[in-house]
Amino acid sequence: MSIEQQVREYILENLLFSSDNATLANDDSLLEKGIIDSTGVLELIFFLEQQFGIKVHDAELIPENFDSLNNIVQFVQKKQTAN
Amino acid sequence: MQERPQRLLHDGLRASAERSPAKTAVVVEGVPHTYAELSDSARRLAHALQQRGVQRGDRVAVYMDNTWPCVVSVFAVLLAGGVFLVINPQTKPDKLEFILRDSDARLLLTDAHLAGVFMTVLPRLEQPIAVICSGKLPPAQGVPVESYDDVLRSSPPLADPVPSIALDLAALIYTSGSTGDPKGVMQTHQSMVFAAESLIEYLRLSEDHRLLCVLPLAFDYGLYQLLMAVRLGATLVLERSFTYAAAVMQRMREHNVTVFPGVPTIFAMLLSAHGREKLCFPSITRVTNTAAALPDDYVPKLREIFPNALIYKMYGLTECKRVCYLEPELVDAKPGSVGKAIPGTEVFLLSPEGQPVPAGEVGILHVRGPHVMLGYWKRPDLSAQMLKPGRLPGERVLCTHDHFRMDREGFLFFVGRSDDIIKTRGEKVSPVEVENVLHGIDGIREAAVVGVPDELLGQAVRAYVVLEPGTALDEKKIRARCLARLENFMVPRDIVICPALPKTATGKISKRALLQQTA
Repeated sequence: MSIEQQVREYILENLLFSSDNATLANDDSLLEKGIIDSTGVLELIFFLEQQFGIKVHDAELIPENFDSLNNIVQFVQKKQTAN
Repeated sequence: MQERPQRLLHDGLRASAERSPAKTAVVVEGVPHTYAELSDSARRLAHALQQRGVQRGDRVAVYMDNTWPCVVSVFAVLLAGGVFLVINPQTKPDKLEFILRDSDARLLLTDAHLAGVFMTVLPRLEQPIAVICSGKLPPAQGVPVESYDDVLRSSPPLADPVPSIALDLAALIYTSGSTGDPKGVMQTHQSMVFAAESLIEYLRLSEDHRLLCVLPLAFDYGLYQLLMAVRLGATLVLERSFTYAAAVMQRMREHNVTVFPGVPTIFAMLLSAHGREKLCFPSITRVTNTAAALPDDYVPKLREIFPNALIYKMYGLTECKRVCYLEPELVDAKPGSVGKAIPGTEVFLLSPEGQPVPAGEVGILHVRGPHVMLGYWKRPDLSAQMLKPGRLPGERVLCTHDHFRMDREGFLFFVGRSDDIIKTRGEKVSPVEVENVLHGIDGIREAAVVGVPDELLGQAVRAYVVLEPGTALDEKKIRARCLARLENFMVPRDIVICPALPKTATGKISKRALLQQTA
């Protein structure tokens, strides 16, 4: 499964409680759509660290890294390459 | 020149815009806006509101995120003589519909990214309301929606504000109640101006301060950061939320923020980040906490993070904005206390029979002062439960129904709530509201919602449900149904499916037994 599919599945399952792919577009702002909040983002990060073996630093907690599916995928790829 | 008195909530904007037009009033997600710009935009929008039928005393709903148009909207409604109500952008269709109907809102100011919600609600209203929407307009679908930018461009600034007086309503602030439906707390210009000034006094703020706001403007704690900043001619650094903490912290450093208002969940996150990598914000000179008690053991670490800050522990309720605060110099001497009444007000404890309570004993907290609400909008029954006759003819004092203890020196200590409202992340959650949604789900026979202790959230929402035999519901499906109708923070974190719920002798669900089960 691609990074995108895995992250999408996580968000649908744990933040939207849905199995309908149409509820989340790749460039939807998670904050604007009310999908994520300050505790949700911590759970998401925990998932990313476990799933992809990356380490997220506090300073990386910015919208450019997490506020859409696209941003998250890019961030994970960048971290994996850096490893 | 003699300064004109500031009787109305928007008089502060006029004064600040006259005194320092080029000063930054609000920085919204990094973009600065001056007082001249705020005044000009608010007056243009006020004119547009008038043209669209808003008259003195009319309610105008502001269903927006913490954005620049939201800030402009609040003041525009006041200038037009209207009553603003800010609705949390997490609000789902049914509740939005309830609030629009309950308030008889004449006009809706909103953001395009919330179209999925408001476009489903508008066609349900028999009495169509005008809509002005910021951002990219949604497809019309038979409901006329105007663009905020176009409206602002095409409307000249209102020459003079509508002549409201201080006794007129300025805002309805919707809050969750133990009955399930939200209630609109009626606040007049007079009470809000008074509250803002009382807060400014004890927080020792001046026009040189830069206040951070990461709390929703729909929450009075967030709203008053804006009101205080504008009244002072200070600067508000407005963020949508604390979700992307690193971005917020970056902005705090960039703009030398001096006031950090938070709730315990935010402070818990800061402390945990500080544990991983040391944080330090020397520019912050005030740290304030309310909405839920700040644990005493947070204080030493908060001093490491904010070495130059006065730390304020406070307590309040929307019905009077704020009740009390502890002088920051006494934080160590009076652990666990939320201090004394805010300036210009008084508090006292009464027994359930209405008798004064001796020092050290538990009583029900009552509040007297100009900050007390007028009542709940269209709910005289509920208002009467909170507002009791005072000592003077016609006077009303606020009975908070919360239990407190007062020591010999008059310092207050919170003991407990007398209702079963849950406080999670500093937000109020009515168990009945959540239970109503659960009961509306086919396949759920019974449901009971309680708050359970949680280190980060204060309390977490837990639902116990009994299913009809043979239903295909599971935890995830129940949560999805809740999310469609409730604000995210109200959706139960835990859903416990059980064969039966404990009952009292009279057949009611015993929440006490449920809570003991969880203890």
